[in-house]
Amino acid sequence: MPVRAARAAPEFVPRVRHPLERWLRTDRLPHIWCSGCGLGTALSAFLYALDELGWDPDTVAVVSGIGCAGRVAGYLRLDTYHTTHGRAIPFATGLKLAKPDLHVIVFSGDGDLFAIGGNHFIHAARRNMDIAVICVNNFNYGMTGGQLGPTTPVGARTTTSPFGNFEHPFNLVHLAASAGATYVARCTTLDGRRLQKALVEALSHKGFTFVEILAPCPTNYGRRNRLGEGLDELRYYREHMVIKHGADPKEADIAPGKPFLVGKFVDIQKPTYLELYQAKAREIGGEG
Amino acid sequence: MPAKTILTGVHFMNGDEAIAEGAIAAGCRFFAAYPITPQSEIAERLAWRLPQIGGMFIQMEDEIAAIAAVLGASWGGMKAMTATSGPGFSLMMENLGLAVMTETPCVIVDVQRGAPSTGLPTLVAQGDMMQARWGSHGHYEIIALCPASPQEAFDLTVKAFALAERFRVPVLLMTDEVVGHMYERVEIPPEVPVAPRRRPRVPPEEFLPFQPDPDLVPPMACAGEGYRVHVTGLTHDERGYPDMTPEAHDRLVRRLVDKIRLFPEEYTFYEEVQLADAEIAVVSYGISARVSLGGIELARKAGIKAGLFRLITAWPFPDEAIHKLAQRVKGIVVVELNLGQMSREVERAVRGLVPVHGVFHAGGRIHTPEEVFQGIEEVYRRCR
Ligand SMILES: Cc1ncc(C[n+]2csc(CCOP(=O)(O)OP(=O)(O)O)c2C)c(N)n1
Ligand code: SF4
Ligand SMILES: [Mg+2]
Repeated sequence: MPVRAARAAPEFVPRVRHPLERWLRTDRLPHIWCSGCGLGTALSAFLYALDELGWDPDTVAVVSGIGCAGRVAGYLRLDTYHTTHGRAIPFATGLKLAKPDLHVIVFSGDGDLFAIGGNHFIHAARRNMDIAVICVNNFNYGMTGGQLGPTTPVGARTTTSPFGNFEHPFNLVHLAASAGATYVARCTTLDGRRLQKALVEALSHKGFTFVEILAPCPTNYGRRNRLGEGLDELRYYREHMVIKHGADPKEADIAPGKPFLVGKFVDIQKPTYLELYQAKAREIGGEG
Repeated sequence: MPAKTILTGVHFMNGDEAIAEGAIAAGCRFFAAYPITPQSEIAERLAWRLPQIGGMFIQMEDEIAAIAAVLGASWGGMKAMTATSGPGFSLMMENLGLAVMTETPCVIVDVQRGAPSTGLPTLVAQGDMMQARWGSHGHYEIIALCPASPQEAFDLTVKAFALAERFRVPVLLMTDEVVGHMYERVEIPPEVPVAPRRRPRVPPEEFLPFQPDPDLVPPMACAGEGYRVHVTGLTHDERGYPDMTPEAHDRLVRRLVDKIRLFPEEYTFYEEVQLADAEIAVVSYGISARVSLGGIELARKAGIKAGLFRLITAWPFPDEAIHKLAQRVKGIVVVELNLGQMSREVERAVRGLVPVHGVFHAGGRIHTPEEVFQGIEEVYRRCR
């Protein structure tokens, strides 16, 4: 692959603040993520999305589980909750029901949301709980040193699949759609603008919404699978992703070396848990 | 007619229902749980009551989710409760630790049944007492109360909410199947004081979310109030930011323990029955304490002056009260539905002053008065 000349770094201008800083706990920076990790891009796309939505920051709460992706909550200058491994969604459920005016967003990883937390994901989707779930899928457990996860593709090497993974992985967008999510999209960190758009849509959509962000974990997943640096993994995305809106999520499997689908898979409306609860309460003459 | 919030008046209800009503009276408007015997009456009552009074009831997919939702609701500014029995209590342990670490006020009810494992789903036991104390990983302090009647189930549920707010700690209501299912007279007062949450007294720019007041408990800023708090189960500093140093860890864990340990007079409750002239004290709690009264009566008829020390607060254990008790009597009998849990605490607090004898049963039924009497006789013989 031809090596392109690196673009000159933008000039450092002291005392000029980045416009997105208002969303960040800048006193917590630098972050813990490795260079080349997709989490930085995912986070900045999220910040751009928040900026675009123009919500009052005091109406936004972010809940994370545990993992590298789970550290997102801690960098946001918002009400943020870094909970236990896998339990961000039920925590967010309680938060949302207690304070319905809040925009409650779950930001976490593939292992957190779909291995240990998988049961919570499908039930929150089934109930159409009014929360947005953002999953950074890096195909492994980054935080704990690169173990096999529920999205690890067949054949991939991880520290606990040293001879290549033989388990069938989840197709997350298919899972989300089947469980009842009302908005489902998949993007990669290659495509910041498309990702921002999907996040804006997911965050502003009523009901249970889901965005899967495919992201490099060069330190653990990339290295063991000879995918090169983070940038090389983005090149891989560019060469293999097929943008298609409205595709059947069933077709969205991800297999090494094969084309994969990105885009918006589901965008529907249905009553949320809280709407149905309140309707029922009114029906029985409660204060609802 | 609109549903009444507080069911003021005299009722005939079981302990589980009394817990549900106690929660409502105490201001609880969020309940999340997963069905399990013998807790179901609590969930069923609240599924019926809460939607009528502007509260939230949600049946979650498991007990892990139930307690997680309760913590979320508490940070959303609500008084929140979950209820379960042994198997579900086990599932809640990790997030119980999160509640301790993040100082999240909430109430957790365990209606104890026969265990280990699925054990005796419909029958009584008191085998989760040590789990209540040490079930989550790490070193922490927690408050656990044990009602012995439906009336007390109501009263202690109210108390549990007050203590949860006062100390910013999960409070456990350790009841049992018999108290849960026993029907008795329950009197609900016209008004129940709702414990306030300790709120920030400074504007957001000056607020340090985990900077404690002099009594070691920090004020709590909930979601959406403009304070933008970071809440983490990681070891954290006064700002709520992760701090991975041994110093920060020792400081935080010590404070979490001390904020409770230093104020025993605020949560140490017990009842003494016929102890004034007693030579033998029966120490017991929950349903076993009530059964013990029968054994004490038999002992008195047989000429042995026995009395009851009923633990209402199980945790933190009332070391001092038990030590003083040991100075007054010649022997102690501990009656409980496990093979010796609180008895170890009694022995520790007695510090060898008098013999301590356990009357244990693993559960499935309550003790008979005769068994308690035999225990009293045994100690009486030993200490003469
Ligand atoms: C109950 C429990 N089990 C295991 C762990 C250890 N653990 C921490 S993060 C993690 C995996 C995270 O993977 P993922 O959600 O994919 O996040 P990533 O680090 O890849 O962003 C595990 C297993 C834990 N913290 N808690
Ligand atoms: S281990 Fe992987 S996921 Fe975690 S910060 Fe490093 S590159 Fe990112
Ligand atoms: Mg991962």
